[in-house]
Amino acid sequence: MVWSKRALFSLMSCWISVVAVAATEVLTFDNESFRERYAKLTYELRCPKCQNQNVADSLAPISEDIRHKTYEMLHQGYSDQEIIDFMVARYTEFVIYKPQLSIVTIWLWIIPAVLLLFGLLLLWRFTHSQPAVEDITLTEEEEQRLKTLLEDKTE
Amino acid sequence: MFPEFGLFSLILAWLFAFFLAVVPLTGVIGKRESLQRTALGFAWAVFFFNSVAFAILIHAFVTDDFSVSIVSQNSNSLLPWYYKFSATWGNHEGSMIMWVFMLSAWMVSVSLFAQTLTTELKAAVLSVLGIIAFGFLAFILFTSNPFARILPVPPAEGSDLNPLLQDIGLILHPPTLYMGYVGFSVAFAFAVSALITGRFDASWVRWSRPWTNIAWAFLTLGIALGSWWAYYELGWGGWWFWDPVENASFMPWLIGTALIHSQAVTEKRNLFKSWSVLLAIFAFSFSLLGTFLVRSGVLTSVHAFTSDPNRGLFILGILGLTIIGSLILYAINAHKIKTSGQFKLASRESFILMNNILLVVIAFAVLFGTLLPLLADLFHWRKLSVGPPFFNVIFNILMVVLLALLGIGQLLRWKKHNLKSWWPFFIAAGAGAIVIALVLPWTLTGQLHWQVWLGLALVFWVIGSLVKAILDRSQNNASMMSAMRKAGLGFWGMWLAHLGLVISTTGVVLVANLDIERDFRMAAGDSVEMDNYRFVFDQVSQQQGPNYTAQKGHVSVFRGDREVAQVNPEKRYYQVKGSVMTEAGIGGNLFRDIYVSMAEPLNDERTVWSMRLQVKPFVRWLWFGAILMAAGGILSITDKRYRMAVKGGRS
Amino acid sequence: MKFKPMLILPLVVVVALFSVFGYALMSGVNPKEVPSALTGSLLPEFKLADLDDTSEFLSREDITGKPMLVNIWATWCSSCKYEHPFLNSLAADGIRIIGVNYKDDRDLAAKWLSEYTDPYQINVFDPNGDLGFDLGVTGAPETFFVDSQGHVQYRYQGPITNDLWQNKLKAIFDGMV
Repeated sequence: MVWSKRALFSLMSCWISVVAVAATEVLTFDNESFRERYAKLTYELRCPKCQNQNVADSLAPISEDIRHKTYEMLHQGYSDQEIIDFMVARYTEFVIYKPQLSIVTIWLWIIPAVLLLFGLLLLWRFTHSQPAVEDITLTEEEEQRLKTLLEDKTE
Repeated sequence: MFPEFGLFSLILAWLFAFFLAVVPLTGVIGKRESLQRTALGFAWAVFFFNSVAFAILIHAFVTDDFSVSIVSQNSNSLLPWYYKFSATWGNHEGSMIMWVFMLSAWMVSVSLFAQTLTTELKAAVLSVLGIIAFGFLAFILFTSNPFARILPVPPAEGSDLNPLLQDIGLILHPPTLYMGYVGFSVAFAFAVSALITGRFDASWVRWSRPWTNIAWAFLTLGIALGSWWAYYELGWGGWWFWDPVENASFMPWLIGTALIHSQAVTEKRNLFKSWSVLLAIFAFSFSLLGTFLVRSGVLTSVHAFTSDPNRGLFILGILGLTIIGSLILYAINAHKIKTSGQFKLASRESFILMNNILLVVIAFAVLFGTLLPLLADLFHWRKLSVGPPFFNVIFNILMVVLLALLGIGQLLRWKKHNLKSWWPFFIAAGAGAIVIALVLPWTLTGQLHWQVWLGLALVFWVIGSLVKAILDRSQNNASMMSAMRKAGLGFWGMWLAHLGLVISTTGVVLVANLDIERDFRMAAGDSVEMDNYRFVFDQVSQQQGPNYTAQKGHVSVFRGDREVAQVNPEKRYYQVKGSVMTEAGIGGNLFRDIYVSMAEPLNDERTVWSMRLQVKPFVRWLWFGAILMAAGGILSITDKRYRMAVKGGRS
Repeated sequence: MKFKPMLILPLVVVVALFSVFGYALMSGVNPKEVPSALTGSLLPEFKLADLDDTSEFLSREDITGKPMLVNIWATWCSSCKYEHPFLNSLAADGIRIIGVNYKDDRDLAAKWLSEYTDPYQINVFDPNGDLGFDLGVTGAPETFFVDSQGHVQYRYQGPITNDLWQNKLKAIFDGMV
């Protein structure tokens, strides 16, 4: 338990420091738009080694590398798409949570759209159908059941 | 000896489940009432032996019987008793036992509370539940025996429970969620029984509705608990990841929500019958699908379960028999369902139909998004991921439409509604909502986000409509109070659930768009300003837990000069499995959470830390809303007409 | 009673879904196994020091030419230690293995190689994991199967064992020759 001894040491040492010092950010960005883009990119990139985590939240070393590379490329002036392409070229499409549009992924949008249209068609048919003349004579059995049901209700 | 009794008990339960599945059903088909009457006894026998088996397994966990293989793999003598207890269902085998135990509990509650049910229908319902129980008990006995022993030399110590699961969340979340999953089996059984017996009268829906609502309420709570658990336990402040396992619980919820609405139409207006039957089948099918996805290992998830392809095949077989069997019945018999009655576009029916269309589309979009990586992999198209960026877009678009329609739909009358006199209200409410949603966040935060604007506009729109709903009810009544009473619990249940939805939406919209997250390099004594809060890192101390050691950060949070929170994030080290856990320190009130986690040490002495500081506005609203929704679901089934039905049977 | 095709639709959808699941289970799909993005393409360019010789800089052309295994390893990686004896036996059988010493310390690496014998024909020193990143490495050990033109044919993540080599990987390697 080496690190717990170290922790103990740190515990002792922190009694000494009383003066509050302003902390610095772990990452500093040249401008706010870099910060936002960094947050978005690391949120949408998937850690290639973890179960199912984005690189922003993952503590895996590879996620740290990807975060670092993203940060670097942002400041070198690459666009978001270039950064994503760079990662995909190395780690495959597996690492992007936002699927690139392709013959496979287009169905993600087509299927809900078709279902929705189908639903609207149903709605239109239901609300615009002509009153159908339905035969509603009950069988003897049904009559009997209706009776018992009504009795239940009026109790 | 005890574990062998458990296994024996399980075998007996299986045997009785077989009888339950076969005998009463034969009676139903052959119209022999004496056979139908056996259902009750068999159901109780299944329940009894399941309970015994479950109790014995719990006993093995609590008494540290490490000769039982799953106890030795998932528990440890150092665990506090309550985690030993909940460790029972923190593994595949134990959770399956709990699953079947709950199924049998639902069975006996049906037989207890459904006394006015005709013998025939009751026999059919219990028999269908018996078939499901039979399948899953076979699954347990043949592929996942929870009582398997390590003999002759049992290990002296267990290898510990996954630290993630050592939490109040595990005690509460799985049982609640499972109650929901399994609870849909009752609505399913009613639907299948209706298909078998060919009786689709109003009583079928009236009987099935309370069960649907209870199951749905449990599922709502279960999902909310899971989200809350992930929020504070995973340490990163996320509350929904669109992970396959989460989706697996969300899809039955969406279908279940659609079912609740469609059953209301079926009961009140005798419409959508065939559709309600289909939704009932699908709600339970999606629950089962969740079980399959989690345990078969075909998808990757953060919530890893022991996965095993053989188990996967077995469970797929059971699901196939249940789901495909019921759908074949549906394909053959559903045309017998007669529907009569008309409704116009401006009517409650048509808006509920829109609700159903949207919910079902969302559910299938989520299903397809969850499965596409599997499909793409399977047919060697490519390896890809579908994650939050896709799900958020499709879900948000459809939810916007759903909320907009909800504001109108919940006010409409059945059959046909004359909207003419309503236009002034709709225009006023709509305009008011848009203006308030723009002005309110702007004056409070000074920021403008179109997402917040849109989200809050919808929230205020629905709130306006909820108020209008009450005013309408009180129009013809002397006093407000008598109007409230007269409205009936069914109305209030709906009102409360819709209010819950609005509250959850508020939470989601605000926390998703206005939360602030920064990583700072901090050592003891450091302080930092963020979003009008000052975070002071007081010290790191050493902490000794029952089965872990931890470094505990002490962070004070000030607003101006006033201390608003003291939070203690931890980095825990669990010795037995050698795993490290990040425990967030959370200090919150109704309007925001302060969320602090220790990401990683930045020096070898572990005195300087990368600290992730977050301020999450309104995050608690999303769980609070879920509680209201569940409460609404329960409240509406305490309505007079259901109580009368029960009483009628007893008198 | 007229037949309504709509009623069969749910059945058709579900049967299709179940066939997919069944096929997925039968074919043993493993969602965690991600093939290398480089499969079929050239090894990436690099300019890195030789592990054994600081003054020497290596590039892609220095290692390609024959079918080979490119093995990512490090002294901090316990599975690498587990894999090492088998790499030695492969090297003894005349298989060309190029090492990429990944995010490691030069002295520790040298000590490791002298202690456990050196299966590598050439060792590329990659202390910052730059080559590793370009290769799409997610950890160690990983082994790339590279043909004589320098094209990546296959990538294996995790330690190679004798069983695995005989049952699966040997065929892939022999296919490149």
